[in-house]
Amino acid sequence: MSEAIRVQGLAKSYGDVRAVDGIDFTVAEGSVFAFLGPNGAGKTTTVEILEGLRRPTAGEVRVLDLDPWTDGTRLHRQIGVIPQDFRFFDKIQPREAIGYYGALFGKHPDVAQLLDRVGLADKAAARFDTLSGGQKQKLGLALALVNDPRICFLDEPTTGLDPQARRGIWDVIRQLKADGRTIFLTTHYLEEAELLADQVAIIHHGRIIAAGTPAQIIADHGRPDRLAIEGDAGLAPFLRKAAGVVPATVDGRIEVPLRDRSEAIRILGVVESSGLAWRRFAMVQDTLEDVFVAMVGRMDDGVLKAEGAA
Amino acid sequence: MNARRIGADLVVFGKGYVRNPLGLFFSILFPLILIGLFGLIFSTSAASKVTLYTDNLDGGSNASAQFLDALNRTGAVTVELETPQDPGNFSTWLAHNDHPAGLVIPAGFGTNFSTNRSTGLVLYTNPQDPASGGAATAAVEAVSNQFNLDAAHGTVLVYPTFQTVGGLSIKYIDYLVPGLIGFSILTNPMFAMVDITASYRKDHLFRQLSLTPLTKGEWLVAKIVWYILLTFLSAATMIVAGTLLFGAQVTLTLGLVPFLILGPFFFVSLGMLAGSAARSPETAAVIGNIVTFPMMFLSGTFFPVSGFSPALQAVAHALPLYYIIDGMNQVMLYNNTASALADFGLIAVGSAVIFIAAIWVFRWRDE
Repeated sequence: MSEAIRVQGLAKSYGDVRAVDGIDFTVAEGSVFAFLGPNGAGKTTTVEILEGLRRPTAGEVRVLDLDPWTDGTRLHRQIGVIPQDFRFFDKIQPREAIGYYGALFGKHPDVAQLLDRVGLADKAAARFDTLSGGQKQKLGLALALVNDPRICFLDEPTTGLDPQARRGIWDVIRQLKADGRTIFLTTHYLEEAELLADQVAIIHHGRIIAAGTPAQIIADHGRPDRLAIEGDAGLAPFLRKAAGVVPATVDGRIEVPLRDRSEAIRILGVVESSGLAWRRFAMVQDTLEDVFVAMVGRMDDGVLKAEGAA
Repeated sequence: MNARRIGADLVVFGKGYVRNPLGLFFSILFPLILIGLFGLIFSTSAASKVTLYTDNLDGGSNASAQFLDALNRTGAVTVELETPQDPGNFSTWLAHNDHPAGLVIPAGFGTNFSTNRSTGLVLYTNPQDPASGGAATAAVEAVSNQFNLDAAHGTVLVYPTFQTVGGLSIKYIDYLVPGLIGFSILTNPMFAMVDITASYRKDHLFRQLSLTPLTKGEWLVAKIVWYILLTFLSAATMIVAGTLLFGAQVTLTLGLVPFLILGPFFFVSLGMLAGSAARSPETAAVIGNIVTFPMMFLSGTFFPVSGFSPALQAVAHALPLYYIIDGMNQVMLYNNTASALADFGLIAVGSAVIFIAAIWVFRWRDE
């Protein structure tokens, strides 16, 4: 698969503040790449450099083999962008906005089909300032597709949306991927990244602290699988003594780290033999969010160093 | 420059503009309100005769009747005979009734005149209304002099005749029409562009547009074309209103067209330049006011610059709107093409400079 985006040693400083501090990553054409990080981590600065909206201080950036800053005009014909908190002309109607973008790009989009695709057909003639936050984002998405882009940059497209609107945007992203487009998604919803992304990079304080597939990141940086048991508090000391494990109490549940899945059967046998009451058990695995919170927290505590892209 | 993109941006901007009642109010209705207000205030006082309330205490005499008839024939005043309840306090009566001028012809006026004895007339004027007072004074003095000459059997040896500047009879409303067109040329694009430039940047709309093939030059040209169209509409409205409501007499000539095009061209560019200098819409509003207000009052919008002090005239001559209004005055009032061409040349050069500066200073995207 060829590279849609290649970033090497990218840095951006604002005075003494280093917003992006020498990052490297690549995005394969046709994949969904999620760029994660807490607020102020350098996500938006990075994505704006990729879009050609900001000049990098150092490093090399190629998007569709073009330099975004110097070849912006050519690049913009091949990319679609939804910025954070998409705003547009207050009095324009969605169908007019799509027609306007079509005229600017010299394209003749099927307005009705595009509005239908993003779930905005019933608001075709509504004015922008009467649309809800989710509907505005959907219009942003429709506009980003007018020029039939090879790459879609979606900068926190679901922030502030209700769950239904968020799922609507996810469906569109899945369709875009199915069309073979590359999606560069920044978000701080880890669930969103885990559901949609083929590759993930986590940025913090301007540096990438983890990169790979969501499963790889969880495997590399997450804790082992655990058996969670809801039951009598006396189970924890009993298991420590009888099963030779080191249980922890988390949110009122007893969690036992497992060396492998088969160990769960043995521990459940020990629980049953204890004669103590238990109500339910479950296998617990770290999510991307657990890994993210733990890594960002450890980095803020100075324990973890940035490790660069995998 | 791509005409398709300019056209698309023009259509979208125009639709947004007409869907906002505030924009239409300031571009069409507000100048109409101004022309109505100023027309009513100044046209009536300047064009109408002054009513001279007269207490004729010598009512039976032939001389006093001739004197009042002569006053009426001056054309400057209309004599209105009054008999106040308290003849000793005519001045107070005039003040209470807001009458700007009054005349008392004393008893015995006719007898004194026929026997060549002098008689004092008492003329009251209101210092707050110097125009009416001046007209009444001039009329009474002129008729008094004529009576004195007749009594002395004298001959008029020196006399003035009166002509208007340029050989035309130009009323205040005639000046007001091009002045208010100039006002509209200044305020519509300036206030709007300063606000748009600052608020689009705040809302990241320029960055959004920078991701399309639209260039900032094309964006600016679309705004210029829109405000030119609006200026033509606004000018037509004011010319029709001034002519029909107040009898304004202005010449409609093709010479007006260059000013209706160059004016918006200049001020749309200047508005974008001023808006580019501001970091927030609030600062932009302040900058817009600082640039706009001196021009609004000192460029001959409401009053001819020739009536200003020399210092203010010097300031006016440094303001671009002065040359636009002066140019329109030259073609609409004086039929003076040569002067209009000089104004046109200055504004054309200024527009080109400001347009290039606006494009150069303005940034779609951040460094």
